[in-house]
Amino acid sequence: MTEVRPDPKSVAGKAVPPAETADLVVIGAGPAGLAAAIEAARAGLGVILVDEHPVGIEVMGDEVPLHFGQAMTGAVRNRNAMMEAVLAAAPEIEAAVEAGVDVRLGTAAWGLYANGPGLAWLPGTLVGVAADGVAHLIGARRVIVAAGRRDMGLAFPGWDLPGVVGATAAVTLARRYQALAPRRVVWLGSTSEALAAALDLKAAGVEIAALVECAAAPVGAPDLVAALAAGGTEILAGHAVRRAEGADRVASVTVVPVDAAGADAGPARSIACDGVVLAVAAVPVVDLLDAAGCRIGFDPARGGHVPVVDGDQRTSIADIHAVGDCAGLWPAKARDPEIARAEGRRAARAVVASLGGAAGPEAAPTDGPGQPEVDPSAYRTAWVAASVVHAARDCTVCQCEEVTAREILEVRPPRYLDAAHDARNDRSLASLLGEGPPDPDQVKRLTRAGMGPCQGRRCREQVAALLAIGGAVPLDRIRLASHRAPVRPLSLAVLGSLPEHPDQAAHWDSWFGMKGQWRPFWEVPPQFRVGDDADGPQVSE
Amino acid sequence: MEDIRKAAVVIIGGGVTGLSAGWWLARDGIDVVVVEKGTLGAEASGRNGGGCSHHHSPLFREEQRLWPMMDELLGYPTEFRPNRVRLARSDEQMVLYGRALTNAAAQGFRSEVLDAKQAQELVPLAGEGIVGGYYYAFGGHANPHRTLQGYAWAMQDHGGTLLQNCAVTGFRRAGGRVVAVETERGAIACDHVVIAAGPHTGRLAALLGADIPLAVARAEMIVTEALPLMPLGGVDGNGLYGRQTLRGNLAYGGGPHEWLDLPHEGAPPKPSTPLAGNIARRVAELLPKAAHARVIRSWAGVIENTPDGRPIIDRLPEPDNVIVATLSSVGFGLSPASGRAIRDLVVDRACSFADLSTFRLDRFAALEPDWRERLGWLSAEAFAHRQGSAV
Repeated sequence: MTEVRPDPKSVAGKAVPPAETADLVVIGAGPAGLAAAIEAARAGLGVILVDEHPVGIEVMGDEVPLHFGQAMTGAVRNRNAMMEAVLAAAPEIEAAVEAGVDVRLGTAAWGLYANGPGLAWLPGTLVGVAADGVAHLIGARRVIVAAGRRDMGLAFPGWDLPGVVGATAAVTLARRYQALAPRRVVWLGSTSEALAAALDLKAAGVEIAALVECAAAPVGAPDLVAALAAGGTEILAGHAVRRAEGADRVASVTVVPVDAAGADAGPARSIACDGVVLAVAAVPVVDLLDAAGCRIGFDPARGGHVPVVDGDQRTSIADIHAVGDCAGLWPAKARDPEIARAEGRRAARAVVASLGGAAGPEAAPTDGPGQPEVDPSAYRTAWVAASVVHAARDCTVCQCEEVTAREILEVRPPRYLDAAHDARNDRSLASLLGEGPPDPDQVKRLTRAGMGPCQGRRCREQVAALLAIGGAVPLDRIRLASHRAPVRPLSLAVLGSLPEHPDQAAHWDSWFGMKGQWRPFWEVPPQFRVGDDADGPQVSE
Repeated sequence: MEDIRKAAVVIIGGGVTGLSAGWWLARDGIDVVVVEKGTLGAEASGRNGGGCSHHHSPLFREEQRLWPMMDELLGYPTEFRPNRVRLARSDEQMVLYGRALTNAAAQGFRSEVLDAKQAQELVPLAGEGIVGGYYYAFGGHANPHRTLQGYAWAMQDHGGTLLQNCAVTGFRRAGGRVVAVETERGAIACDHVVIAAGPHTGRLAALLGADIPLAVARAEMIVTEALPLMPLGGVDGNGLYGRQTLRGNLAYGGGPHEWLDLPHEGAPPKPSTPLAGNIARRVAELLPKAAHARVIRSWAGVIENTPDGRPIIDRLPEPDNVIVATLSSVGFGLSPASGRAIRDLVVDRACSFADLSTFRLDRFAALEPDWRERLGWLSAEAFAHRQGSAV
């Protein structure tokens, strides 16, 4: 048998042991993540719990991890005060510390890596984290992702004004940071998740001036609608937003009655407010899970694209579980955090059992999602039709790269090419299509929508809805545009702080480092045998 | 299954090589269909660094002649920008990047040697630590996605057809020729076949009894947010290939690759890894004034290599109406020329503008059967299996 030595330019033998290891890494210190971490720690596992909050004001300004929309007060500049606020907002964090969990706030998880098809050289499952300007890898025997939710963006003229904020971001600023600036807001969207968030914000002292819903009637739980109305919120069903206005931040919003197709059906009116809250859809945060390769599917009962999980919340990658809002959102779960906690405990018990520990007693099973109150595919598409398409096709959908709805639907080259008026480039979405529906990755590469530093957080779902409209297919047939690590923007300096194996550094090559590949063609012998090519430079051009 | 259509030429693979060939054939009025199992450029063609300076290749002169004309020829922007700067942070790198000068000079192309000061003047984001560099008055870079789409649209403008989401399942043969390509959406009768299916080229050619020695591997890149444009975006070196895009992003790759076993069907998974951090460090060393720039994505591509890393563009001896084309992991920049070479081989049976003898398949006639083992180009699973069976 031939003696086989691995290609020195390949990954073979280049793995670096992670800087630290843990039995279990939990990502996200919301109700589900905390419950999981506490359960596992009490069963004797070594648990690290990371949560990116409090994030700094610059990161908030980048709309990471939520659509903060400059709706924060100056208080967020004071990082110590914000750390105290985050701690005070979740008493379970203290319980976790007491249970022995290594809790790390202000620590963002930007990558999740597991060996699997196409990748076999890692020293195990790895979580990439960053805090205080340094990145490192944690080796984890198991990972529980509890990354929560974020908000679907919705474009209309003026949606880039400070004060237009996602519902999750607004509640986070109000509840976890005590630092929400707007005091009187207009609320867009009426699912039960949206209504529960609106009532939460109202309880935090924010006036909900009006609730705008493009459908003919609110779609969420009637008791929640009634509670809002009883508190003085005007319920404007069959309405859409046409624009937000203000000099340097939102001062008013113009709403208009719309018909079933989303077109104007009556006179517009203006409502004074200092904030507009985007609550059309709460979106499970699947970025880490998708980048890691966990199977993701569109489940209308769980709020759209969610990881496929088993009864123990285990994803398609056996070492990785998903719990809480990132594993699926439905009305009952939005109203009762015990459902998320139960998921966390269930995953933790499975992790403990898989590592040979003695798990605690079984908890009573919780109810699943049941029938969705609204078809998220049709509901989101209707909002985009009513807002983006009818308000103005020329309004910007991707704020980072300044791409309009029209440019997405016509697959126009980006503006930096200055070719927008070139008739040759006037191609429609139809010209891209194969037999399948439009591919969001293909469209984003050509138009650059979603390719900016907010990593598509504000436009991903809108672009998908636009492609559904343009391709005349239901939204759930539009593939999830791929997520890529790092799922948080990290500077070259910070990401570059990851260590490297000395053999990797010694053999680093720009390409394959093959002897023959870059030989000028006039020096290439007529026959090739590996044994004849043993000498010669082994570096790429 | 029904015969959904027929065409003079069926090209298997909607990557740069197949689409360029399709465009060259279509602009000659030839009835061509490109069939692609997924969407165009979804594999390595859409995942590369966009470089266009392959001075070692017999297609180099044609690559250099065509790129400045491509926007006009295609009618769509490719974002091509000429010339390239390579920066060295060590004497070793300085020697390595100097090989291009000799090769290019032998073919009539000019370059300049830069000292550290000149290099920093040319590259505003560079800083200390540069020992020198080279200015290549040739080559350049383009946007792979836009170029791919440009080939596809231009081919369609000339009457060619692109069938996406349409995997090839087999061939129909008669009289020593392929008479139809069978796909999951029906058969396409044809006079000629071009297999330009990247990593799948070997598997498809094997259906015709041809042995194309190929191994596939995964390699990675990263990209930052946009920065103000440098006067010349084609800047790399320090063990990296890549560029500043016309939008301003820094897109770079390099470092170790992972040899893989290709799945029998479907697209190979393409996970990226923490290698992104090691690439990021080298970008920050290359362009220290960009160290603050935030990395917003990393990705991987799966590419095939022949045992000597050089292309195969050749007609199979049998069936005699089949042309196999793999560019062996260096295909994007050469695509304007490789497509034209394939067109020549299909129509004229010989390339009119370059000597393709080094691309012939029969150079591997005496190749050792265990060439992958000898080169160490084995997947982790294959290594583990060998070690297991050796015990």
